[in-house]
Amino acid sequence: MQVKRVLLLFVVVALALSVTVATAQDDAKVIKIASQSPLSGPQSILGTAIRNGAELAIEQLSGPLTEMGFKVEFVPFDDQATPDVGVANANNLVNDPAILAVVGHLNSGVAIPSSEVYDANNLVMVSPANTNVNITDRGLPTVNRICGRDDTQGAAGAAFAASLEGVESVYVLHDTTAYGQGVAEFFASAAEEAGLTVLNVEGTTETANFDGVIQPILALDPDLIYFGGLYPQSGIFINQARAAGYEGFFMGPDGFDASDFAELAGEAGVGTYYTTVAAPPTFYPDAAQFIEDYQAKFGEDPQPFAAQAYDSAGIVLAAIAKAAEEAGGEAPTREAVAAAVRATENYDGITGTYTFDDNGDPELATYVILQVKSADPAEWSSNEVLDEFQAPSPLYAVMQSGEATPEATPGS
Amino acid sequence: MATKSVSQSPWMNVRTTMRQPVVAGALLVAYILAALLILSNLDRGSLWFPLYSTLAFPALVLSPFIILASPVRTPLKVILVALLLFVAIPYLGMRDSSYLELIIQICIFAGLALGLNIVVGFAGLLDLGYIAFFAVGAYTWAMFTSQANTVFNINGWLVSGAAFYGFIFLGVVVAAVVGILLGLPVLRLRGDYLAIVTLGFGEMIRVIANNLDKPINFTNGSQGLFDVGRPPVPPLLYNSVVGAEAMLGFPIANATPLSQQLLFYFIAIGIIALIIIVARRLDNSPIGRAWTAIREDEVAAIAMGVPLVRMKLMAFAMGASFAGAIGVLYGAKQTFVSPESFSLIQSISILAMVIVGGIGGIRGALFGAVIVTLLNLLVLKNLSLQINALRNVDFIVPIINFHIRDWPTQLEPAKYERLIFGLLLIVMMIFRPAGLLPEPRRKMELLEAKGEEPVTVTAENPVVTAQPDAGKA
Amino acid sequence: MLDARPTVGAVSLRSLAEWIYRFILFPIGQMFVFVVGAAVVLTLFAYGLALLFPEPRPNIVLVDQVNRQLPGMIISGITTGFVYAMIALGYTLVYGVLKFINFAHSEIFMVGSVVGFEVMRRLDDAGNLPFWNPVLLIMLIILVAMLFSGLLAVAIERIAYRPLRGAPRLVPLISAIGISFFLIDFVRAFQAITRNDFNLTYPTNDLEWLRTPVKLAIGEGTVNVRPTQFVVVLGAVVTLIALNYFVNGTKLGRGIRAVSQDMTTAGLMGINVNRMVSLTFFVGGSFGGAAGALFGMNVGTVTPFVGFIPGIKAFTAAVLGGIGNVTGALLGGLALGMIEAFLNGLLVYFPALGQRYTDVFAFSVLILILIFRPSGLLGERVDEKV
Repeated sequence: MQVKRVLLLFVVVALALSVTVATAQDDAKVIKIASQSPLSGPQSILGTAIRNGAELAIEQLSGPLTEMGFKVEFVPFDDQATPDVGVANANNLVNDPAILAVVGHLNSGVAIPSSEVYDANNLVMVSPANTNVNITDRGLPTVNRICGRDDTQGAAGAAFAASLEGVESVYVLHDTTAYGQGVAEFFASAAEEAGLTVLNVEGTTETANFDGVIQPILALDPDLIYFGGLYPQSGIFINQARAAGYEGFFMGPDGFDASDFAELAGEAGVGTYYTTVAAPPTFYPDAAQFIEDYQAKFGEDPQPFAAQAYDSAGIVLAAIAKAAEEAGGEAPTREAVAAAVRATENYDGITGTYTFDDNGDPELATYVILQVKSADPAEWSSNEVLDEFQAPSPLYAVMQSGEATPEATPGS
Repeated sequence: MATKSVSQSPWMNVRTTMRQPVVAGALLVAYILAALLILSNLDRGSLWFPLYSTLAFPALVLSPFIILASPVRTPLKVILVALLLFVAIPYLGMRDSSYLELIIQICIFAGLALGLNIVVGFAGLLDLGYIAFFAVGAYTWAMFTSQANTVFNINGWLVSGAAFYGFIFLGVVVAAVVGILLGLPVLRLRGDYLAIVTLGFGEMIRVIANNLDKPINFTNGSQGLFDVGRPPVPPLLYNSVVGAEAMLGFPIANATPLSQQLLFYFIAIGIIALIIIVARRLDNSPIGRAWTAIREDEVAAIAMGVPLVRMKLMAFAMGASFAGAIGVLYGAKQTFVSPESFSLIQSISILAMVIVGGIGGIRGALFGAVIVTLLNLLVLKNLSLQINALRNVDFIVPIINFHIRDWPTQLEPAKYERLIFGLLLIVMMIFRPAGLLPEPRRKMELLEAKGEEPVTVTAENPVVTAQPDAGKA
Repeated sequence: MLDARPTVGAVSLRSLAEWIYRFILFPIGQMFVFVVGAAVVLTLFAYGLALLFPEPRPNIVLVDQVNRQLPGMIISGITTGFVYAMIALGYTLVYGVLKFINFAHSEIFMVGSVVGFEVMRRLDDAGNLPFWNPVLLIMLIILVAMLFSGLLAVAIERIAYRPLRGAPRLVPLISAIGISFFLIDFVRAFQAITRNDFNLTYPTNDLEWLRTPVKLAIGEGTVNVRPTQFVVVLGAVVTLIALNYFVNGTKLGRGIRAVSQDMTTAGLMGINVNRMVSLTFFVGGSFGGAAGALFGMNVGTVTPFVGFIPGIKAFTAAVLGGIGNVTGALLGGLALGMIEAFLNGLLVYFPALGQRYTDVFAFSVLILILIFRPSGLLGERVDEKV
């Protein structure tokens, strides 16, 4: 009985409130850009960085659109790093006709199913962080990314590891996620080809106490440990592995690239090698202003992918402006925006210059190999760049040349 | 208290009038129409859109429960529900497909809640790994249709989308078999021991799915199976969508994805209807009574000659098979199946649905699924969107003169959806421990347990003795 | 006669000896037997496996690997095992009294680890961390964490469980899940505001005594043992002895036992049931808190999400030992910690398996044990009423 009464009350309130909706405002020329990334849960540091980076870009770079009379709004979504939530959000946001583009995601496992929804509705997505090969290899016309790919990144890491003096055996560890396992397996196969002994490829979901993981590593005594995963896990692992007496090298993918890594790994992390799929913001003179603005707006240092999210949003804004011009100052269609994004040529961002290839990969992605220099997080930007090269996506290179291994050989 | 007794008589008058079938029927129709019209005419550009849609959409989705609880005649109820399901909701979907998507999600969770309700609610077996059977169903379909699967793909065993309906039944069978296999060794265990073992099984299935890419690639491991097949849309459905849109004067956009969604919606409705029929039949059968006996007192049930293991296995297999069917649907709808979707948290939230709704009742399970899914995917999301929209226009809260823009980003509601969800769970349980729509029999048990006075309860309700009430509406 | 407290006036030597035996020697002996027993059984298992599969992968001789890893595996097993045991106690104590799974206990553990971090961090910020005496510092951290977590557990019981006493068994389970979600996000919000980060690293950089590993020469080569591992074991042993004394040797403990035996009768006998339940939560919670602080010190970095996995494992351990049974929780925790360490150490060498399957095998062991002993290794202490 009580339920019924509550329901009745609810209904009355709902209807009463909804009546006011009839007097909807007419803010006609609103353009919205959405972001999708985990804003809650263990990965929210990175997800929030994507969100913040995109927001900052929209605040700073929407000038051309504002001049044309548009109002650009930003709508952040929390995908909770879960495919179901990501898809539900995707279905929600495709129904808002004002949303013309999505910046996201962080997790490839979420990006793949969500992008199917975007693509069915011609909504363009630009990813600042998804390195999984399947993001673009599916060949969807609306899916783009500005970062590099796991296959090239893993291979670059392996080639570099082989060039290190005294490294003959490697132990490969990953976090069993689509990202970590993907890049770790590319590393392992490339390492084998490069003549290294891969002692084991192992996955762990452990996040705090790595004792059990470390024991067999000590017994196998590899020269280098490669950890395919993100810094909250790898930083702690490296700290504990050193304390347990491991004396070889550590190496990892772009998931290591955060100043917090230095704090988590402590002294043990100094000397760790890592690859990145986009140069760090400190690499570019333009980025100094970004770092300053970011600190001013959000009260913290930009975490990884913030700068990439800034550029992703920037690319999207430029494409929308172009499409709007072509549409004669009217709000462009999603198809036009998607086409304009794909046609982006030499967009000059703070983390590089971007042109997309036919699959939505950057025509030439930057890969950098760095070494951690200090246990002080504030010194993260002083990490030494050991090597830097640019490479097209292997798939695209094959499509272009029709044959041959497209691998750029790093370290040469 | 005093004011209540004074205002009772006019309220009673209104109530008596509303109880007249004709008045009630008219009110219901008006209500559904109002909710539908408001919902389909909401303007997405409006500042308060998230708030309005949060209020109006649940009003529509909850209307079947209001219809069922209303004092109108059964045939009218059936007609109203049918109109709602087959006319109102598809119409709404054409206006805004995100609502249709939400309803499909609700259906998926409702199916799972109904299945788990058989295990936990009817038979009293606490299963914390229920999502495993859902995973079994999803993988059954995905393995045979995804290009990413190298075993079946290379051998050319990939199945076309048309096999979907057959696979629903296959999903039922496979999940039931897995349920029996898992159930056999562990069903001797009682209560919380069973809980931890089922939790373990749930995790085991997930870990295995995550690792079965080596030595032979069945599940594509953590990368997940993508490009999972979908059932082909019958031309009739596609044409009627195009026709309806043309007739209603909507812009015919995206008829293909929409008809695909509608197809899933109808399949989901069909599966749920089937589950409800089976569950109702079971509840009122000797099997259902045996389950009740096991749930109430295992020792006494054995003494009365209830075949314990067989009955428990039956409950396990039944629950599992429902999840299997829903899993096939989920795999096809999502087109991407990866182990991440089948975590312990999911098992727990399905359990939460069953208990929040009112354990042991079919209506309760459905209601719980609707409420919890709405909370997670609509209410909490829209709360975040609303605050964000207010921030974008620099809204100032009147009286206290607070700029929404000054709200610190660290405290953005989008980041704390689980916190709010947790609080709501606690509050709901404290104020309605028997669930929001409690099963009458369960309510009595609660009274019994609280007052420890079974005598008074039986005196008030002489029906309670063993005979399951057939006519619970 | 069970209550063998020495009186101040006449200290009978015999009763003192008996007291020492009952409350110090016996529990230590018990733990020793459990640890050694688990270690011996698993070592035999490891060598058995090495006999069956001498070379599971090319160029890997399993016997050699086991020889090399054995001390490390045992030490890591003991450390993890004691942490599990301490958390499992919280589950078991509450289960004994209220007969329901306190799902929020993993978050009480998490709060303990975060409080431990806060204490250390604040001392570090004040700049006097290096001057603290190691023993005092560790005691301070553990005690504050215990107090905080204990009070939190009491508050949770008061708010979310007490109103539901008498409701169906599953209802408090859901409010416990609600509490769990709430606590995780609350701690996260708190840390996000105060520190702008929720990866909380214990500030141990300046504490040489805590950072320098002890090199133990065992068999071939040396094993590095972190001082924190000693701290974990020592802290766990001390608190477990205290708990044993509290439950079996004091009047309050007797009250708890009475309530867990039969709540109604205990109430009739003049025991304040509500107070005893609160007390149980306090004790269980403070154990979770102590375990959290020890765990945090050992692993170095904690997050608001750190409680989930150890919580599930400890719950498994409590069931393994026989839920409701305090000794069972201890045995279950140690056994599970050891089993995990050995599985982690050995599965690596089997192609197509690997550590990813550790949990699968650990749960299989649990299921096997439960099939043969349906109420856990040591049995449930509370009988089901017929």
